[in-house]
Amino acid sequence: MFLTISTTGNQERPATDLGFLLHKHPDKAQTFSTSHGTAHVLYPEASVERCTAALLLEVDPVALVRRGKGKGRGGSPDSALAQYVNDRPYAASSLLAVALSTVFKTALQGVCSARPERAAAPLPLRVEVPALPARGGAELVAKLFAPLGWTTVSAQPVPLDEQFPQWGDSRYVQLVLEGELRLADALRQLYVLLPVLDDSKHYWVAPDEVDKLLRAGEGWLAEHPEQKLITSRYLARRWSLTRQAMERLELVRLAEADDLEVEEIDNAVDETTDTDERPVPLAVQRRDAILRALDAAGASRVLDLGCGQGQLVQALLKNVKFTEIVGVDVSMRALTIASRRLKIDRLGERQAERVKLMQGSLTYTDKRLTGYDAAVLSEVVEHLDLPRLPALEYAVFGSARPRTVLVTTPNVEYNVRWESLPAGHVRHGDHRFEWTRAEFRAWAERVAARHGYGVEFVPVGPDDPEVGPPTQMAVFTRTTQDKPGDGRDKQGRRDGRSEQTTPQDEKEAKAA
Amino acid sequence: MSTAPRTLPVTDLSLVVLVGATGSGKSTFARRHFKPTEVVSSDFCRGLVADDENDQSASRDAFDVLHYIAGKRLEAGRLTVVDATNVQPESRKQLVQLARKYDVLPIAIVLDLPEEVCAERNAVRPDRAGMPRHVIQRHRRELRRSLRSLEREGFRKVHVLRSVEEVDAAEVVLERRYNDLTHLTGPFDIIGDIHGCRSELETLLGKLGYVDGSHPEGRTAVFVGDLVDRGPDSPGVLRRVMGMVASGDALCVPGNHENKLGRYLKGRNVQHTHGLAETVEQLEKEDDSFKEQVRDFIDGLVSHYVLDGGNLVVCHAGLPEKYHGRTSGRVRSHALYGDTTGETDEFGLPVRYPWAEDYRGRAAVVYGHTPVPNTSWINNTICLDTGAVFGGKMTALRWPERELVDVPAEKVWYEPAKPLTTEAPGGHDGRPLDLADVHGRRVVETRQMGRVAVREENAAAALEVMSRFAVDPRLLTYLPPTMSPTGTSHVEGYLEHPAEAFATYRADGVGRVVCEEKHMGSRAVALVCRDADVARERFGADGPTGVVHTRTGRPFFDDGTTTELILGRLRTAVTEAGLWEELRTDWLLLDAELMPWSLKASGLLRHQYAAVGAAARAVFPGAVAALEGAAARGVDVQGLLATQRERARDAAAFTDAYRRYCWPTEGLEGVRLAPFQLLAVEGRSLAGVPHDEQLAWLDRLVEHDPTALLQTTRRLIVNTGDPESVRAGIDWWLEMTSRGGEGMVVKPVQALVRDGKNRLVQPGIKVRGREYLRIIYGPEYTRPEQLEKLRNRFLGHKRSLALREYALGLEALDRLAEGEPLWRIHEAVFAVLALESEPVDPRL
Repeated sequence: MFLTISTTGNQERPATDLGFLLHKHPDKAQTFSTSHGTAHVLYPEASVERCTAALLLEVDPVALVRRGKGKGRGGSPDSALAQYVNDRPYAASSLLAVALSTVFKTALQGVCSARPERAAAPLPLRVEVPALPARGGAELVAKLFAPLGWTTVSAQPVPLDEQFPQWGDSRYVQLVLEGELRLADALRQLYVLLPVLDDSKHYWVAPDEVDKLLRAGEGWLAEHPEQKLITSRYLARRWSLTRQAMERLELVRLAEADDLEVEEIDNAVDETTDTDERPVPLAVQRRDAILRALDAAGASRVLDLGCGQGQLVQALLKNVKFTEIVGVDVSMRALTIASRRLKIDRLGERQAERVKLMQGSLTYTDKRLTGYDAAVLSEVVEHLDLPRLPALEYAVFGSARPRTVLVTTPNVEYNVRWESLPAGHVRHGDHRFEWTRAEFRAWAERVAARHGYGVEFVPVGPDDPEVGPPTQMAVFTRTTQDKPGDGRDKQGRRDGRSEQTTPQDEKEAKAA
Repeated sequence: MSTAPRTLPVTDLSLVVLVGATGSGKSTFARRHFKPTEVVSSDFCRGLVADDENDQSASRDAFDVLHYIAGKRLEAGRLTVVDATNVQPESRKQLVQLARKYDVLPIAIVLDLPEEVCAERNAVRPDRAGMPRHVIQRHRRELRRSLRSLEREGFRKVHVLRSVEEVDAAEVVLERRYNDLTHLTGPFDIIGDIHGCRSELETLLGKLGYVDGSHPEGRTAVFVGDLVDRGPDSPGVLRRVMGMVASGDALCVPGNHENKLGRYLKGRNVQHTHGLAETVEQLEKEDDSFKEQVRDFIDGLVSHYVLDGGNLVVCHAGLPEKYHGRTSGRVRSHALYGDTTGETDEFGLPVRYPWAEDYRGRAAVVYGHTPVPNTSWINNTICLDTGAVFGGKMTALRWPERELVDVPAEKVWYEPAKPLTTEAPGGHDGRPLDLADVHGRRVVETRQMGRVAVREENAAAALEVMSRFAVDPRLLTYLPPTMSPTGTSHVEGYLEHPAEAFATYRADGVGRVVCEEKHMGSRAVALVCRDADVARERFGADGPTGVVHTRTGRPFFDDGTTTELILGRLRTAVTEAGLWEELRTDWLLLDAELMPWSLKASGLLRHQYAAVGAAARAVFPGAVAALEGAAARGVDVQGLLATQRERARDAAAFTDAYRRYCWPTEGLEGVRLAPFQLLAVEGRSLAGVPHDEQLAWLDRLVEHDPTALLQTTRRLIVNTGDPESVRAGIDWWLEMTSRGGEGMVVKPVQALVRDGKNRLVQPGIKVRGREYLRIIYGPEYTRPEQLEKLRNRFLGHKRSLALREYALGLEALDRLAEGEPLWRIHEAVFAVLALESEPVDPRL
């Protein structure tokens, strides 16, 4: 991890004053111990005309991981493999920012008793960060630094691997900043913006970080056009990302077993399903349509199959007609978020009795799901590979067999109406398919006929005369007259109920 | 006055209700005749909920507890004795209901002792000394009133003891249930529905080896019922079967047709439908004594039998596990008629609940009743009614061989109400898998390692991946286990070195090991079927001719076309090599490595490995130049400069390491598949076949691949006891890894091996190359100070995990080979995936 700060000067204002301002003598190489490694400060050049200070941080990646939790069982089982082979020793991350603030603590505060006038005045500065991880790319780098008074902001992307040009650029840029700034301002900007650009997930930030941000941002952050992004990225890491990482370790391990990144399989929780461009977002229209259909069916005990983060469950809870609401999802993370959203552990006893969240999977039959009035599968079927759809059909229509089943799914014909959606693209990365109206009808009618249901179709959202509505909904109603107790409930049997079985036939009973 | 000993028969699985006034000696009686754990007393339960055994105000809660405990015991199939006064009809009614709920017999033992005796006994008990006399009087009044109605209340046996002497002389004798024939081990020949087809029955018996109703090797025939009606000679069939049962050559359970015939013979008014008319007509020609014998025979039939140590249940219409060995009206009803849903189909026949799909029992259930064109096992159940009377065939099952024997019908004796094309239940639409098969904390029984536990959070993660990303579970018959690396090396500059692997096997008593080149790609398991028909018939998957999946069960390729291309090439190689015939199979399961690594792991490569290299390449030139500048100015940075130069070299070596495993592909162009084990074929797990034989098969596959897809696995046999040979093995590894090879896997040649203490030996130990390990431990791991820290690694958990997953994988293959139900295979496969999410150092 490495950065350089240079300035130029003349006899009156020698460049070597940089040494005074940084409180580090240009003719010495100094070494400092920081919390994550060893920082070195040295000057590759130091003349009256030109002086460059270099900060080099040596991080021990093994120690970086080992200082984390997880004893026994071969080191750190709670760490993902990514933490062992990572860019931390090379890229300018929050670790470098921490080192910067430790090593140049006084300079950061703008204090210099030897050259107070130089510390207070802007000087010609050139900052180079050769490997800066920049999520958002060169464009964001420019947006972040340009408003701060730099005349040159250059961010040259670093290619991933010259031997594999098809892989494109890495997330690193070579950053060069030039301009007349007070040194303290420049350092404070770097202190905040390096980690903001890195947006790393691997680093725990202490809880007093808000104060640190306010102090370091004094004088420039409040006016910055990207203030919101800077603040949220800087602070978001603190609670959300580290917590997420803890919550999905089992999935991390399964992803690693398959050489995948965890995001590729832990993508059940995502709000950006629809390309919403309407005043009433489609998600809301969909919920309303579902509530109307449930109402029309007179359902009071309802399953939300694939409940995700619990938005529909929340809407159902508001209506006392729904006496029992069960949210089922296969993603434990979605359920955790749903549980938080619904504040389940703080609900009153009566309210809490109405709602239940549980992990389940629609590719397996599930006895817990039998005997309900209605089941909702809202934007669920398209997340399943087509060959596995029959298993879902049987689990829902053959095994659970609620009186009413609502299925909503995108209408692919409508995609041409989304301006932001490139042609031929599905609306969500995890959609395994999207159906036309005819395809959906054919599927629904086949399923209905096979399992003894009738089916009607309801458009959701504006019904375009040419391409139909954005969302299509099928309302299935059971037609076969199952006997009381649902016919599937073998417990409900009575002894000797028909002429087939008379107690007198009971040979075993005659034991006495 | 002395009383002769009196035996009180008690069925071995029943609810025994003691009835008697306070002080009548119920607890003493229970102690004398039953095990302490079999007795649940109301006094004890009162104490549990109220800290006072005599607190009558706690009675309601105490009885809740009592009923709960008794219910749990009965559910588990344990004799249970209720020690409470039970003098009131209401309290007994609840107990009779409890017995019915769990399908066991309620039995009453009444202690009807004189008031004086009860009073005296209470008087000497400090806690009851103050009990008013009228309590005893009231109890006795109620008891007396109850005595005559006990049988009417539903007690199937009532024993009344009227004096102290009778009580003292009583002896409880446990009786086997009629359906409990677990002590009979056969072997059996279980014969499906006959329906008066005498001639076919004789042919079948002959084919099974019976000579005039008796088997020379002492086998026992078991008839699943429906001997009569519809067919040409029901009396003849009855005569044959009754004769065999009488001589001990056969067992027989009743079918619904026998039940109806029995009622007819008893003079009941029954409709002569469904073929009864034919039987009645045929019986007209018989004399009355034969009809009487038939009536008694049918009357004596037991609705189902539990045989062969509990491994086999035979009944007419199938039976869920909770009814096995139970006795009640509904058990008999299910055994005779099955479970109907209450609906009728378009032919007016009752719709039957597919109980077999839910069946998860250990015992095989063999039954008939529903005619099917062909028999097939589903969830360890099989229906033997193949519609002989409708012109189908008559089928028998040899047990324990599980062999089917059948003879065709001589003609259509009776026109079926609906065509014989009904599907056997299950198998289609991936239906029989239930969440309860995989969800929550589970224990999987394995042949090789006993019980393997899966924790709830690991099952939850596996459920997510399995449900959202895995291939059709019917095609997902195996997941490969994780593999442990070799013990940590202390050879300078090395973290892993073959010497440790050889030493480990030597210590385990393994002499010959095979070193196999480790291909650096992605693990791929391929199920190759001869054609789509085989995939459909054997695995129930409609469309594909097999599957290629990753080590977490995901499809290897996003599109089915590429998968079929690979399968097609593999199929050609198998056909050309003649392996279908040699292994007598229509499908085979292969474990392999698919290359290049970049094919599947490109996301990971780009975002992690290449990124690290890029960052390093960006940072070092500037840093080294800065240090050189400072050094030129006379600043003392020589040490730091040298370190940075070394770190730059390490980073370059890291980049070289991953680059070796990346190359561009286009379609299948550039793709390589290196098979290293044949896992299973029809009827046989090959996991125990020695690796030299395995490799010979695989070499033939590679030879017969006309394309460049298949790649051979280089190997070397090493004798762990011979220093020369070990030396050669080490040199081989050094040579291979110095040229960028990932390393090798050392396996016992004998494949499935146990050590001196009969524990499973690791099926393989990986020894990874020095350069390759940079990808795992980081670019700079070879620096002495880092290596020293890394050597302090702990392999115990990884080794244990590898063995548990190995045992589960073997179990899945055994279950697959033996044709076990899908849920049983899936259970083991799912468990492997779940264990993969256990916390273990990911670098191992």
